[in-house]
Amino acid sequence: MSQRTLPLLIINLGGEMIYILDQRLRAQDDNDDKTQRVMNDIVATMFNKAFLEELLQPQDLYSHRALRTVLTRLAHTSIMRLNQASMDKLYDLMTMAFKYQIVLCPRPQDLLLITFNHTDTIKELVKDNPSLVNQINEAQRQLIEVYTPLSDGDFELIRHTLLVLFQDMQIRVSIFLKEKIQNPNGHFVLQTSGPVPYGFEVPGLIRYFNAKGQEVRRTRFPSGGNYTSALRQGSFDLSGDRVTILEMDPSTTSNSTRKQKQADTTPNPLAKEELNLLAKLMGGMEVQKILNVDTGFKVNLLALDQEEEGIGISEGTAHESSRVINIQATQDQLASTELARIAGEFDEGGSLTEGPGNKGDDLLAMMDEL
Amino acid sequence: ISKMYHKEKSIHMKSSASSLYNSLSVLRIAPRCLNCFTVVHANVVNMVSASWDGLNYSHRQLQSKEGNVATSSSLIMQAALCVLPSRDLLVLTSQKGIQMYESDGSIMVYWHALDTPETPTAKVVFARGIAAVREKYICVGVSSGSVLVFDVPGKGSNIILSEVLEEHKEAITDMASECSGNLECIADLVSADDSGLLCVWKSGEDFHLLNKIPGFDTCCSSVNLWNGTVIAGYGTGQIRLYEGVTGILHAEVNAQARWIYSLDFAPFTGLEREELCLISAAEDSWVRVWHVSLTPETNSVEIEHMYNECVTDTQICGAKFCDGDGYAFAVTSYDLSEIIRYTQA
Repeated sequence: MSQRTLPLLIINLGGEMIYILDQRLRAQDDNDDKTQRVMNDIVATMFNKAFLEELLQPQDLYSHRALRTVLTRLAHTSIMRLNQASMDKLYDLMTMAFKYQIVLCPRPQDLLLITFNHTDTIKELVKDNPSLVNQINEAQRQLIEVYTPLSDGDFELIRHTLLVLFQDMQIRVSIFLKEKIQNPNGHFVLQTSGPVPYGFEVPGLIRYFNAKGQEVRRTRFPSGGNYTSALRQGSFDLSGDRVTILEMDPSTTSNSTRKQKQADTTPNPLAKEELNLLAKLMGGMEVQKILNVDTGFKVNLLALDQEEEGIGISEGTAHESSRVINIQATQDQLASTELARIAGEFDEGGSLTEGPGNKGDDLLAMMDEL
Repeated sequence: ISKMYHKEKSIHMKSSASSLYNSLSVLRIAPRCLNCFTVVHANVVNMVSASWDGLNYSHRQLQSKEGNVATSSSLIMQAALCVLPSRDLLVLTSQKGIQMYESDGSIMVYWHALDTPETPTAKVVFARGIAAVREKYICVGVSSGSVLVFDVPGKGSNIILSEVLEEHKEAITDMASECSGNLECIADLVSADDSGLLCVWKSGEDFHLLNKIPGFDTCCSSVNLWNGTVIAGYGTGQIRLYEGVTGILHAEVNAQARWIYSLDFAPFTGLEREELCLISAAEDSWVRVWHVSLTPETNSVEIEHMYNECVTDTQICGAKFCDGDGYAFAVTSYDLSEIIRYTQA
């Protein structure tokens, strides 16, 4: 419902997607040039001037279906290909990662800091390409221009719009479960400790004032949690310390240079051995190089013997069925029919935010021309 | 007085709660007998009528209808059960306008469309903030800052928009009316907005602005009015108690570690009308119960913390007392399909 949500959504989801793909490609493929090319192509599209201008127009949010189409198109702007099931899985992961960031976002305007965290990291990935870095800087300038004048209330509305989009998505992600940031029921863990957001006071104080506005007395109460004073404010500039720790860059939480081990056959989804983060997420991946004149290659984000359970994503009108996809790093028998069923269920019907006419068509048409 | 609450059996809803301020509305149909709850999920209102023990309940889902459109996809910003002396009404506010239904959601009695621009603009349009005032008014806020005053007859659908109050410049977040029954109270209504500004009004054929209490550029998400005292919850996690007519700040509480989403109160049974239980809830997962006492002779206010409840791993968006004396309260949270209930041990 906020008309300013789409750019933040695309850039953050796109950012998550870029991290995941970068990690996966580097882990699987010794050919760094090819990986870099894919990254450069995707980044060039995402931060294309015309693309961004279209995004920055005040408009309603896309439906999940339209969003997935745009992100799939983005993923395929280069020589890399993902099959349907892999793309679905990637979409689930990106959305749950971003949902985590939105849910935990301490103040609504921190959404912008999270976005800048993503653009900072993307800039780092393409740092050897000055023209791309410039494009990202230009994008950041535009974001600063559009978003810094917005009030708390405006940002809260943007956050609310995103939370409606992600409502009822409870996909369990192995790494989130293992790191104890997600519960087995799919809900995120919310700490009742740590620094309060910038601009907040630590709970526990009551102050009384006289008619002249002077403080005359104070009392204290137990707040129950274990809160500490706020950290300094993050930087909203083109570059700077964003302070927020919310962005989920896999490269900061695992050894990204480790190659994927041969998947072992123990059925324990939360096995303690240190696999590459993405291997844990994906349960094993294969990159199939197509040995023909085409220099393209496919990325399959699913191990052949991975079992998936679960269903799709609800879009508002509810029926009381469990709606969880449990992505586990198990090596149980794959039912390929099961995967097909899941892939089919992702093709959901009409959604809440889809209006008359096709949102995203303009964007897709533009992407074709890029 | 020490109050300890324990968790009762939850009431399940057909769909989960959306993350909106004041997302839970409760109607007490008969003391200790029946409650009607409404919780918004996107463009649908979950209505549950539950027996006191929570064991018997019936559901209804009301889809947002606008004008001639059978169902609408526009998001509902707030649903509130409004109690007037002659009737109860369910009021829904959305991106498109304001709908009023009989309190069981069975019949729509009134529809008011907001002026929405043809093409999307940066400033989104919606209605939010609902209060039943005195005998016959229902007031609703708008994203432009306007407050619409509707004149409601004792029965039937001849509801008319009688006045538009223009004081706020930012989107209205919440509104509350005086319902203490204290005839000495001049103020009837308080409205709050995204900048934290509070406007205090006297109702009548023409509503009259009594006072404006400026905010600190922080959203006031939830507001209450009791015996002339404004109790307001803010996006900074603070609660402030003001004397409405003068704007004097009595007390400020650093209450919560995240944005406050809901404030509600209930007067104590059998005690002076100047004492009440207050409940605050925020995205930090905490529900807190406070004891507030107002002493008119000294014009002073005392607020004492009574109880904490951590609703683990939830972002609370609604917390309301289920009865007039604070014996039981109910909680709703984002992504949760249940109304969690607590009663005094």
